[in-house]
Amino acid sequence: MTIASSSPPSRLPPGAAEGARTRPSTNRAKASEKPGDGRLAAVFLAPAMLGFLVFLLWPTLRGIYLSFTDFNLLTPAEWVGLDNYVRMVNDPIFWNSLWVTVEYVILNIGVQTVAALAIAVLLQRLTQSSVLRGIVLAPYLMSNVVAGIVWLWILDTQLGIGNEIIVGLGFDRIPFLADETWAIPTIAMINVWRHVGYTALLLFAGLMAIPNDMYEAAKVDGASEWRMFWRITMPLLRPVLAVVLIMTVIGSFQVFDTVAVTTDGGPANATNVLQLYIYDSAFGRFQFGYASAMSVALLVVLSAITILQYRLTRAGQTDLG
Amino acid sequence: MAAVAETTTTVRPARRRPSFGRVAAWTVMVAIVLITLVPFYWILRTALSSNPGLNAQPADPLPVDLTLGGFERALGLQSTEEAVAQGGAGGGLKFWRYLLNSVLVSTLITTCQIFFSAMAAYAFARLRWRGRDTVFALFLAGLMVPTIFTLLPNFVLIKELGLVDNLLGIALPTMFMTPFAVFFLRQFFMNVPKEVEEAALLDGAGKVRVFFRVLLPMASTPVMTLAVLTYITSWNDYFWPLMVSYSDSSRVLTVALAMFRAQTPQSGIDWSGLMAATLIAALPMLVLFGFFARRIVSSISFTGLK
Repeated sequence: MTIASSSPPSRLPPGAAEGARTRPSTNRAKASEKPGDGRLAAVFLAPAMLGFLVFLLWPTLRGIYLSFTDFNLLTPAEWVGLDNYVRMVNDPIFWNSLWVTVEYVILNIGVQTVAALAIAVLLQRLTQSSVLRGIVLAPYLMSNVVAGIVWLWILDTQLGIGNEIIVGLGFDRIPFLADETWAIPTIAMINVWRHVGYTALLLFAGLMAIPNDMYEAAKVDGASEWRMFWRITMPLLRPVLAVVLIMTVIGSFQVFDTVAVTTDGGPANATNVLQLYIYDSAFGRFQFGYASAMSVALLVVLSAITILQYRLTRAGQTDLG
Repeated sequence: MAAVAETTTTVRPARRRPSFGRVAAWTVMVAIVLITLVPFYWILRTALSSNPGLNAQPADPLPVDLTLGGFERALGLQSTEEAVAQGGAGGGLKFWRYLLNSVLVSTLITTCQIFFSAMAAYAFARLRWRGRDTVFALFLAGLMVPTIFTLLPNFVLIKELGLVDNLLGIALPTMFMTPFAVFFLRQFFMNVPKEVEEAALLDGAGKVRVFFRVLLPMASTPVMTLAVLTYITSWNDYFWPLMVSYSDSSRVLTVALAMFRAQTPQSGIDWSGLMAATLIAALPMLVLFGFFARRIVSSISFTGLK
C-alpha cells in the first residue's frame, strides 16, 4: 500500500488517455514513466517472474545442456558432446517414432480442422444455440486418459459396441487398437473426438467477428451458402484459422496420454510416438541425456513448423478492416 | 465428417420452409451430437452392468444385470475375494484419496496461478516501467516452448528439491504462472477504460488498492473463465503427475485410472469396474461444467484469439 500511495495519481494528456482506451499502444509507456510504478511492478511481477525463470526459462536452458551430457539421474552429468545427437540420427526407433508422430499429426489435424470448421459453420449459420455449443464441448472435459479408456472399451475387438455394430452391418471385426495399420488412425480419431468441440468453439468465436451484414448483402445479390463460405467466411476467418492451426499442431505433436493408456506404443512400435519414446528413454532406461536430445529435436521441429505455418498462412495479417 | 462441403452449400437460415439443405444440415448436426454424447451413455451403461452380463450381451443398450459392483470395486469397498469373483483385479485402489489429491492439486494450481498471473498481467497492462515490453515479449516467447521440453529438467529440479511424490511437487511448475494466463488477463486489463482507474486514484486510493478493489472484481468474468479452464487442464493432466508421483500419497485420479486400466485380471479386463472408475474420475468436471456451462461456452471466444 505504501509503495503505491507514495506515487502521485497518474494523469495522462487527454489524447493519450483516449488512445489507451481504444487501442493501447506500447511505445507510449516510455514517455510517461513514473518511478513509483517500477517498484510496484517489481512486487506485482515477483511471483510470476519466479515461476517463469525457475520453471520455464531455466529448464529450457538446462534441457539443452543435458542433451550434451550422459545424465542418468543417479550420477552427475558428464559432458559427452554430440554423442546423443549422433546416436539419435542412427537410431531407427527414433526415426520410426518421428514418422509415426507425423502420421498421427497429419490425420489428427486434418480431420479435426475440417470437422471443427464444419461444426463452427453449422453453429453459426444454422443455430446459435448455446446448449448445442455446450454439448459439443463436453468431451473436452474428459482427460485424455478417460477418453482413451472409453474408446478402448467401445472399440474392443470382442465386446466393444463399435465392433458389435460393425458385425451387425455384416462386416468383419476390426482390431482397431491391436492392428499396426489401424492403431494410429484410431488414436488420431479418439483425440479428434475429445478436442474437436474446443477447436470448433475457437473457430466459432472467429466467425462471430464477421459482420452479419456481409452475409445479408451477399444473399441479396443471390449468392449461395457455398459461395458465401468460400468468398466471405474462409477469407475472413483465415487469421483465426491460422492461429488455431498453429496451436493444435503444436498440441498434437505432443500426443502421449491417449497412446499410453490404449496401446502403450504397440503393436511392434506402431504407435511409439516421439513423446512416448522420450518418456521411456528417460524413465524406463534412465537415459536423461538421450531423452533431452530428442526433446531438443522435437523443439526444433515444432519451432520450424510454427515459423513455416506462420509464414504460409500469413497469420499476422487480417482481412477484416 | 467429410460432409462440410455438403452442409455448407445448403444451410439457409433465412428460409422458413424446411428445404433439403436445411434437413441435411440438421441431420449432420444430430449425428455430431450423437457421436459426442453416446460414449458418455456407454460409460454409465457399462458401469452399471456386471462383467459376466457384459460378456453375454455386449450389444444390449441397457445395463446388463443392473449392479453397483463396478462402483464398489472402483472405490475399494469390496473385499479382494469378492472383487476377483466379480472379474476385478482385487488390488485395492483408494479412489477417495486420489479424488482428494486431484482436488487439492487443481485448487492449489488454479488459485495461485490465476492470482499471480493477474498481478503480473496488471503490471504489464497498467503500470509503466522500464523494459516492460521486452519482459512481456520474453513471457510470450514462453508460449512457444512445448511442455515436453521443460518436463525432464523440471523433474530433475523437483527431485533435487526433494518434492518427488509430493502434491506440492505436482503443483509447483504451473503454480506461479503460465504465459497463457498472463497474456489472457493482460488483454482484459488493457481494455478497461483508463477513467475507471483514474477516478479511484483521485479519490486517494493507492494503485494496490485500485487493483484489488476495483480492477480485479471487474475482471471476475475472465477470471472465472480462466479459472474453469485452468481447473479442467490441471485436473486432466497426466504426464507430469505420472512422472512425479510414486505412491498413494500423491497419486491423482488420472494416474490412478491409468493404473486401474493396467491391472488386468486373468479373466480379462474388468470393464464394469473400469467404466465406474472412469465415471468417478470424469464426474467432477462434468458437474463443474454443469454449473458454468453458459459462461464458459460464451467466453471461450475470449481465449486470447482476439
